[in-house]
Amino acid sequence: MLLLERRPVDSALMRWTSPVLALVLTVITGFFLFLAMGKDPVEGLRFFFITPISDLIGLAELGLKMAPLLLCAAGLTVCYRAKLWNIGAEGHFLMGALGASVVAVQLVDASGFWVLPLVLVAGVIAGMLWSAIAAGLKTHLNCNEILTTIMLNYIALNLLLFTVHGPLKDPYGFGFPQSVMFAESALLPDLIPGTRLHLGLAFGVLAAVAVWVLFARSFIGFQLNVVGQDQRAAAFAGFGARRLTWFAFLVGGATAGLAGASEVTGPIGQLVPQVSPGYGYTAIIVVFLGRMHALGIIAASALLALTFIGGEMLQIAMNMPKATTGLFQGLLLFYLLTCDAFIHYRLRLKQPVRQSTPVAASAATQEA
Amino acid sequence: MTAALRLKLENIVKEYPGCRANDGIDLTVEAGEIHALLGENGAGKSTLMKVIYGVVQPDAGTMTWNGHPVRVTSPAQAREMGIGMVFQHFSLFETLTVAENIALGLPPEEARNRGELDRRIREVSERYGMALDPRRYVSTLSVGERQRVEIVRCLIQESTLLILDEPTSVLTPQEVADLFATLRQLAKEGCSILFISHKLEEVRALCHNATVLRQGRVSGDCKPAEVSAAEIARLMVGDDTPISTRVAAAEAGDVLLEVRDLSWQSGDPFGTSLKHINLDLHQGEIVGIAGVAGNGQDELLKALSGEIRSARDSLSFGGVGIGALKPDQRRRLGVAIVPEERLGRGAVPGMTLAENALLTASSQRLVERGMIRFGKVREFSREVIRQFGVRCTGEDSTAASLSGGNLQKYIIGREALQNPKLLVASHPTWGVDVGSAVAIHEALVRLRDEGASILLISEDLDELFQLCGRIGAICNGRLSPLAPTADLTIEQLGEWMAGGFDNGEATHAAA
Repeated sequence: MLLLERRPVDSALMRWTSPVLALVLTVITGFFLFLAMGKDPVEGLRFFFITPISDLIGLAELGLKMAPLLLCAAGLTVCYRAKLWNIGAEGHFLMGALGASVVAVQLVDASGFWVLPLVLVAGVIAGMLWSAIAAGLKTHLNCNEILTTIMLNYIALNLLLFTVHGPLKDPYGFGFPQSVMFAESALLPDLIPGTRLHLGLAFGVLAAVAVWVLFARSFIGFQLNVVGQDQRAAAFAGFGARRLTWFAFLVGGATAGLAGASEVTGPIGQLVPQVSPGYGYTAIIVVFLGRMHALGIIAASALLALTFIGGEMLQIAMNMPKATTGLFQGLLLFYLLTCDAFIHYRLRLKQPVRQSTPVAASAATQEA
Repeated sequence: MTAALRLKLENIVKEYPGCRANDGIDLTVEAGEIHALLGENGAGKSTLMKVIYGVVQPDAGTMTWNGHPVRVTSPAQAREMGIGMVFQHFSLFETLTVAENIALGLPPEEARNRGELDRRIREVSERYGMALDPRRYVSTLSVGERQRVEIVRCLIQESTLLILDEPTSVLTPQEVADLFATLRQLAKEGCSILFISHKLEEVRALCHNATVLRQGRVSGDCKPAEVSAAEIARLMVGDDTPISTRVAAAEAGDVLLEVRDLSWQSGDPFGTSLKHINLDLHQGEIVGIAGVAGNGQDELLKALSGEIRSARDSLSFGGVGIGALKPDQRRRLGVAIVPEERLGRGAVPGMTLAENALLTASSQRLVERGMIRFGKVREFSREVIRQFGVRCTGEDSTAASLSGGNLQKYIIGREALQNPKLLVASHPTWGVDVGSAVAIHEALVRLRDEGASILLISEDLDELFQLCGRIGAICNGRLSPLAPTADLTIEQLGEWMAGGFDNGEATHAAA
């Protein structure tokens, strides 16, 4: 009989092998998935994982998709360390894109170095305003942040759709729901000439470094950790839960807002309804896969960026449905959560005993 | 008393990685016997109890139950055999009611009949003087009330061997006397009782026989009534630990803390509200607050720490109104707090000792411009460990890996090294071994001699009488007058603990 028993001490090894194990299991499952659909599994996996990043253009595309994931994930890490389950990065992202677009559309004829910063700041502020709603609902009315942020995501999406079909619609756009193209001065400069990779990736890496400094060195990061691990100790120490909640949510809104602003001022250059393929949701997977650690989320954002372009590649090359991306992302999160159980628990082979009664009590407090 | 053997343990060995918790222990308990199991924290008592109760399996040794060799593989089996256990750290579900918690341990047919179960809980709890409302949620109960649930649960299961792990630590003298009467009555009816305690006087008053453990071995057996407490203590701690005696009183200085008409309304209908509390605390004195668990001690501590805030002038600290200040602001003025719960309030279990130093000592130049100075943090932490003799592998040990006594020494040390003007300590030696308790008492007295005011909230009357210059009691959120320890009798204090004092409205029964 197999027994799942609580480990006396959480496994540090398992904490870091769990993501790798989850990836391996995802690949194996993917293999059989291709087989079941009558496709060549080796070919399919190659198109999904290898082909997209086999040249410079491909790598640049990877960086392009990494940027919004990394920015959103950095902000979410700040929230999740404090056990504030902010699911609203998607909404912050959309509002950031919308806010930046509103300003950029007013400035289509402007030129000057100040245009781009102004547009980006507008996106950041819009993202923060959106996250502030959820923060206020939590600190003043004690609303569950999971519910409020999810609902705010839908409101943000519909607000964006309304705007792009209405006030911000390009009057000469042949009725397409999209804004005018932004001025050159409002666009992010490219990082590698000849590719679409833009400055947004640098923002993402900077955000990850900032998260590292926050939690490795700063007192406010320590306070966030304490609130996440032990609310009573935080109250005892006088670390204001309200203040920290506001801080985490505003950081989350700011980074996701910047991600949204970077998307409209980067590869797209205008506001369109499908500005996000779900970056804000995928960023949640990035944070957990990356163990809420700066280096981890950089690696995880690269992997999940790959699922976006790998999915596109499969659509083109093998005529697979678009849902493949979501399927692989879902599998990854599913396996990760499963494997994470083994951080706290271990399997043990147990001899069947007569009169076997499940033992609930654990020997957690051993005298030493 | 019959001579029938209820329980016999022979040569029990249990090894954990890095430590031999039980090293060849023999123990016999007769039917109707009250048997004491004594020893410091880490002596192996808990492990031995877990072996008997089936929580862990011994590596070697035999257990005989009513004359038959047995192997207990689970607590459920132990309960079926008639072994009941009251853990020191309660195993209750906070989100369930008293009756639901008790029902969990009963056979389905008994558990389903709620009306009958409620009646039995009321009957048993009242018979033994432990008033309990079966429909209250455990989360709203104080520590002392939770223990009542545990004891009543065993009594309802009709156990023939009751294991009690430090059962008296949260009871008043009157309640202890009631509990002892209950236990004696149970023993007369043939029930065996295994009584684990640090309180030697209680063991001497109650138990027929005692087995003393030290470092996983039996260091002696005795009849506690026939030997002195000092002799038993020597068996427990060896010959090198000084046994503490009453501390000489000190000359009190100026008033440091004035509490004026402090009231606070609890949001929880079962919680305790603070009512018109008045208190003066002088420099260089230790004032004790006695009381039964759940009578407002925790609320009073929170009101002083800043976790509960009140009107600005209800608390005056060195002439400054601090009632509206937050915990960290008060701490910077020199207020230090040692809460009742070590893990999960006084310290974060999963964090290292160094990180836990940062929890309350950040104002000791450990943080500069928002950045943590880890060198200083570790230095501070090492200093606490060194000065207070905290046994651990270093400042990188997690708080959860320390024994209760050692963690408590660390927490007290962390506060003491910040040179506080006021230290409020709640149950500082609860569940702490004798050696650590002595060290903690010495630390409190040293702080007092350096001029600090100390407010000691405790249910251990020996401790209060030993350390304090003045003592009062809290009951139902009201504070009794304070009397100099020399003029106070234990009977008078017991009366105060039950609410028998007159300031304002005075018709309150003990909760």
